[in-house]
Amino acid sequence: MRPLLVRGGRVVDPSQGVDATAHVLIREGRVEAVGPSLAPPDEALVLDATGLVVCPGFVDLHTHLREPGEEEKETIATGALAAVKGGFTTVCAMPNTQPPIDTPALVEAVRRRGEAVGLARVLPLGCISKGRQGRELAELADLAQAGVVGFSDDGAPVANAFLMRTALHYSTLIGLPIINHLEEPALARGVAHEGWVASRLGLPGVPPQAEESMASRDIALCALTGGRLHLAHISTAGTVEVVRRAKERGLPVTAEATPHHLCLTDAWLLGEHGEGSPFAPLSARAYDTACKVNPPLRSAEHRDALQQALREGVIDAIATDHAPHTAVDKMGTFAEAAFGISGLETAFALCYTALVVQGGLPFRRLVEALTIGPARVLGERGKGLGSLRPGAWGDLVLLNLAERWTVDPDRFASKGKNTPLAGVTLQGRVVGTVVGGRVVYDARTAAPAGGGSL
Amino acid sequence: MQKVETTPARRKAGSASVPWPHRHILDLDTFAPQEISLVLDLATSMKEVLGREVKKLPSLRGKTVITCFYEPSTRTRISFETAGKLLSADVINMQATGSSVEKGESLVDTLLTLQATACDVLVLRHPHAGAPYLAARWLGRTSVINAGDGTHAHPTQALLDLFTLREHLGTLEGRTIVIVGDIAHSRVARSNLWGMTKMGMRVVLCAPPTLLPWDLLKGRRETPGHPFASVEVETDLDKALEGADAVMALRLQKERMEAGLIPSLREYIALYQVNERRLLRARPGALVLHPGPMNEGVEISPAVAHGSQSVIQEQVTNGVAVRMALLYLLCMPAGGRP
Ligand SMILES: [Zn+2]
Repeated sequence: MRPLLVRGGRVVDPSQGVDATAHVLIREGRVEAVGPSLAPPDEALVLDATGLVVCPGFVDLHTHLREPGEEEKETIATGALAAVKGGFTTVCAMPNTQPPIDTPALVEAVRRRGEAVGLARVLPLGCISKGRQGRELAELADLAQAGVVGFSDDGAPVANAFLMRTALHYSTLIGLPIINHLEEPALARGVAHEGWVASRLGLPGVPPQAEESMASRDIALCALTGGRLHLAHISTAGTVEVVRRAKERGLPVTAEATPHHLCLTDAWLLGEHGEGSPFAPLSARAYDTACKVNPPLRSAEHRDALQQALREGVIDAIATDHAPHTAVDKMGTFAEAAFGISGLETAFALCYTALVVQGGLPFRRLVEALTIGPARVLGERGKGLGSLRPGAWGDLVLLNLAERWTVDPDRFASKGKNTPLAGVTLQGRVVGTVVGGRVVYDARTAAPAGGGSL
Repeated sequence: MQKVETTPARRKAGSASVPWPHRHILDLDTFAPQEISLVLDLATSMKEVLGREVKKLPSLRGKTVITCFYEPSTRTRISFETAGKLLSADVINMQATGSSVEKGESLVDTLLTLQATACDVLVLRHPHAGAPYLAARWLGRTSVINAGDGTHAHPTQALLDLFTLREHLGTLEGRTIVIVGDIAHSRVARSNLWGMTKMGMRVVLCAPPTLLPWDLLKGRRETPGHPFASVEVETDLDKALEGADAVMALRLQKERMEAGLIPSLREYIALYQVNERRLLRARPGALVLHPGPMNEGVEISPAVAHGSQSVIQEQVTNGVAVRMALLYLLCMPAGGRP
């Protein structure tokens, strides 16, 4: 493969504290050098990044690719293309497929399929329990051997506290994170954040305490066992507090939040893109099922707490929880509609617009939460990801921070067109994506490129 | 009991100039007080028709009304059907029960079919909150009337409650009503909250804390512009009833007990049943309402349900008049009022 020189961009790499105009040279799939005056090797392919930002490729800890079993919602191929369009060069594939990924053979199958597609790196996660049934521990060590980067029964919480204790304890053998979907089932019998909006709409609510109580339980079990605990898609101020305290105690606890929980509120359910007055009469746009997600979009006070936690580093990573669904899945009433937002292709622009442009978050911190933050959650298996240090994987993304664009789900590469952002104008666009030194996405051709120009 | 005489002619004159902006009746949050008054005035005229020997009006000849009930409710369905027929509309009853309802896409499928039939009004009852909003989004020409959606709203019931109250009390403004029971899960109570507060009534909600919609009421005094700023909450029914002009008891669903929201029927009856002894605390002659169907002996004692202060049967008659008024307003182009 020809070496790749990305020339003249503003390189922002929080893993090494770099924010300067520089060239990046990738050779044999690895970063060779980052510097202000690199001469391209003779045969090198040169990408001109003048006026663009160059970051390490984004790492998504939480992606639902739906294959095997629900290919009508997404396949590894469509999901991986959506990933690189969104700047994600690595996606961790959630194992709640059909069948769930709970054997080494299935892990192998997902990994191979990802490699064959050859776009984003697809890192499989394995189930915590056999069949994702929440009863018996899956063969975690075998799954680790097969290449999983962590364990999760996501889609459902590990409700049984003893199973959670065992998983955390046993996983110390392997050192991979246990990723729990936090939701106390007895408290979480609703479809929307418990509050004014849900009450107004007559929808059963999920109190923030459903999440916070399970986060507290898991942290207590983490302290008991020493296992590495990663809290998936946290959404409440209370959870932020318990994570903050756990980190202060030095426990091996990490947390992620999604772009939609960081940027949107339950007011979006009213159908006015969060902009209507809370007391205004409901319009026929109310009950927007594109906003139905689990955990639910919370109120502004929770969103603000998440933003603060991201700023302070209490939240380690932004993860999309990309949950593609078919149109029919979202078509019925709010109660019937499937939970989930197709998030890969809007994640960066939504966060950049709402958090950086409007929210004053340092850009560097956003990049950190999309790159080295999630890579660190993966520990050893995240080594070489989310960074442009010499020796790291040659994954990078080119961003045009000035470009404004309007979200049109019909143009998503993902089969999941389910987004509350349809028609919303965002700022900041992914214009190119490189994985292992190969250009896999080029906005000018709007298709995966075999290694052309930018 | 004494009815305050109203003069329909004057009322009509007073509200004839009120514009009618609604294509759908989804909930009362979208109604201005004058629009509520307009419906009640028109319903007064319709009620006169109900008292005639020949009850039929030709107004809606050639119009089609479809009632589509995904939840059984003989009372509401019959009321709409009667209202439509008395106005000479073609009323079609779509039975939407059974297994096809279980699938998520069934409602949209049904709506698409309806779209093709070019019906004028769809009366929709659905167990899921928001279903009529979905219908309003999908249907181009058809007006949608929400006949009850999940625990969200039941605007026509609220309007008939307001009609019944106004008929007896003469005016709604400043009157006190106590709504007692499972308010949190009652779409009737929710629509009434909008309607009654808009009409300037003093509303006192009374229920055990687990059956109160706290999120609807939270911050109501401190938050500027809160629609329920004036609503009062009282968990002691004896206190709540003090000086009330009317009391509305709500049906207690067995599920609430099964869900553990109240410990027992016995305790609920002891604390929250509207009975003769308690009714003495209200203003003499205070009205007793119930949206039905009643659990007599649970939320309301049989003596009160059938007593001289009860207007529960009248509510049924008034329901037809109010629904006639609504069908009329939705189907007739502005200006063509009787
Ligand atoms: Zn989850």
